[in-house]
Order: sequence, then C-alpha cells, then structure tokens
Amino acid sequence: MHIVYRDKEWFVDQELTVNQMLKYLKLLPESVLVVRNGQLIAEDQKLQPGDEVKIVSVISGG
Amino acid sequence: MRCRRCGNPGAINMRQHKLSLCLDHFPEWFLEQTQRAIKNYRMFAHAERVLVAISGGKDSLALWDVLLKLGYQADGVYIDLGIDHGSSYSARSKDKAAAFAAQHPAARLIVVDILHLYGESIPQVAQRRHRPQRPCSICGLIKRHEMNRVALEGGYDVLATGHNLDDEAATLFGNVLHWQVDYLRHQFPVLPADGQGLARKVKPFCRFYERETAAYTLIRGIDYIEDECPYATGATSLAHKETLNRMEHDSPGAKMHFYTNFLKAKEAGLFAAEETAPELHPCPQCRQPTSAPDLCNFCRLWEEK
Ligand code: SF4
Ligand SMILES: [Zn+2]
Ligand SMILES: [Zn+2]
Repeated sequence: MHIVYRDKEWFVDQELTVNQMLKYLKLLPESVLVVRNGQLIAEDQKLQPGDEVKIVSVISGG
Repeated sequence: MRCRRCGNPGAINMRQHKLSLCLDHFPEWFLEQTQRAIKNYRMFAHAERVLVAISGGKDSLALWDVLLKLGYQADGVYIDLGIDHGSSYSARSKDKAAAFAAQHPAARLIVVDILHLYGESIPQVAQRRHRPQRPCSICGLIKRHEMNRVALEGGYDVLATGHNLDDEAATLFGNVLHWQVDYLRHQFPVLPADGQGLARKVKPFCRFYERETAAYTLIRGIDYIEDECPYATGATSLAHKETLNRMEHDSPGAKMHFYTNFLKAKEAGLFAAEETAPELHPCPQCRQPTSAPDLCNFCRLWEEK
C-alpha cells in the first residue's frame, strides 16, 4: 500500500490495521484521520497491500 | 467497531462518547449535536441573522455548511489578511471560501480586504510595528474589530465562529497555566451583546473534537485549506493541543471533561464577571467600545502610520 502523510510517503506490502500503522508511524489516533481509497475509516479497519492511504492531520493552530 | 445506528462498519470511533458511527450516520449525528448546542446555550433562533467568521479552514466551512443545512440564515465574512509568505496563504484560503459560497446560492460571502481598506496588509502592519515574525496579536486585534464592525453594520444578530473543543481546551489550558483570571472570566460559548457596540458571539462547535469537525468536512467533501497560516508554526496553542491529545490518548474523555467541567463550574459561579468591570466608552473614531483612553487600539494602529 501507498501511505501519504503531509509531505512524506511510505510503501508497505503487508496487511495491517489502521491502529498498527499509526503506532509504527508514532502518530496519535487523536491527532489524525485515515482515509482509505477516498473513504474515511476507523482505527480497527484492516489495510490491504493495494490500498491508497492518506493520513490527514486534524490539528490546526493560530 | 460498528455504527451504533445501523450496524455497518464505523467510519469514526469517538472513544470519549463510546460511540462509533458510519459515513451516513456521523453527519446526521453532527447536525443534531450542533442544533443541541445552539439550543442549550440559547445561541440564536431561526428568525435571527447569523454572520459566520470564515477562514477557509475546515471548522469555519463546516460550521457554515451545518448552519445552512439546519435552515439558519447564515452569511459568511472573510477577512483578507494579505498573508503571502511565498505560499499565497490568504489568496488560497479566500478561494476556498469563495468556492463554497458559489456552491450555496443561499449563502452570501462578505470579503473585507485589509490592505485595500487600511492601506497595509497584516505582514506590513507587523513590519511597521517591529513584529515581523509574530504578527498574531495585531492580526487578532484587526480580525476581532473588523468582524464586529461587519456584524453591526450589516444588522446581524450574532457572530458565529468555528472554534472546536480542542481550540477551547487549549485556550483554557494556557489561561490556567498562567492563571489569567480575566481571560477565564470571558471564556464561554456565548458572549452576550453589550448594547454599546459589541455583537453577540457564539461558538456552536465548542463541544466537538477537532477530529470530528475534520471528519465532517471530509465526509461532506467540503474543500478547505489544509495548510496552516505560515505564522502559526510554533504557536503555543499547538503545543497545548498536543499535550492534551497525549492525555486524551491515555484516558479517553480527559480533554472533554477538562473543558465541559470548566463550563459547569462557570455556570455555578466560578470566575463570575467582576462587579467593577473596566469602564468602556465608544471610540471617537470607529464607535466600537474600548477601555483605552481616547482612540481604541485598532484605530491607534493606523494613526501611527
Ligand atoms: S496564525 Fe497569526 S497571523 Fe496567522 S491568521 Fe492566525 S493570528 Fe493571524
Ligand atoms: Zn450507520
Ligand atoms: Zn476605534
């Protein structure tokens, strides 16, 4: 799968849950949303090798 | 985690409410909760005219969308700050606001161009005032003044902003760290009009986590500016949000209780307004109330040019 977060990207070819992915990337589920193939998904969902994953940061400042 | 309303896979899990909802039922819940906050805090009624402060970001556009969906008379005001910083930040955020307005024929967008009206953009004022790196306090002063002006001149009953619970909790956290009692007195989802030139101000999203307003804009396909204002980097409010989210991660609901119990304590009389509030008088130039002798801080900003 192809994972995009801000200006970074990763390629992963194994199945894993959203929670596992966030843990690997050291991101708090409280601070982001995960979109798989254009659709918002919850943290217990499984990601497959072919998925296009976008992690959206939800924290804004100012 | 299945949707509590239909049993389909949940698109968002809100641990603080022990609630999962799907792509169909989350927006429905989001509208219901907003309506509830508007009613519980007596923010405004359907007969009243609402002015929504639009930045082009997720919270303000989500708020405008929700108010229109709930059948309120809601117009938007966008303040063009003239911030470029090599990324055309203001121009791009204004485009998002204008694109939203164009898709909603019932909605009117009022654009206030600071450079055009007062002869200087925010970075230019900040430069003249020797604060080129940190224009935020000047920017805040200008935004508050101009939104209030547009609300009063346009005959709006209330000014609504998209502040969410994370914004409010971060502000509260900062105010408590420094025991800024005066700010704590004035932090509330509804601030009444003072009858002397300050519009009523409301925050209908004050009980939503930032993650929830973001989820709403994503699900509804609202196009917003994802980038931050270039001057927001390193803001203490961002650091406070991170701290609160770490606490929230270890103990779901911590952030919510921190804020909502503060509101309850206030309603019970904690940090009540001082009886001897500072005396306000209308600014001789713009007529907005001020405690400064003579001209208000906003008008003084341009006097010294
Ligand atoms: S980050 Fe500062 S300069 Fe940018 S919009 Fe917010 S207050 Fe204004
Ligand atoms: Zn459902
Ligand atoms: Zn003035």
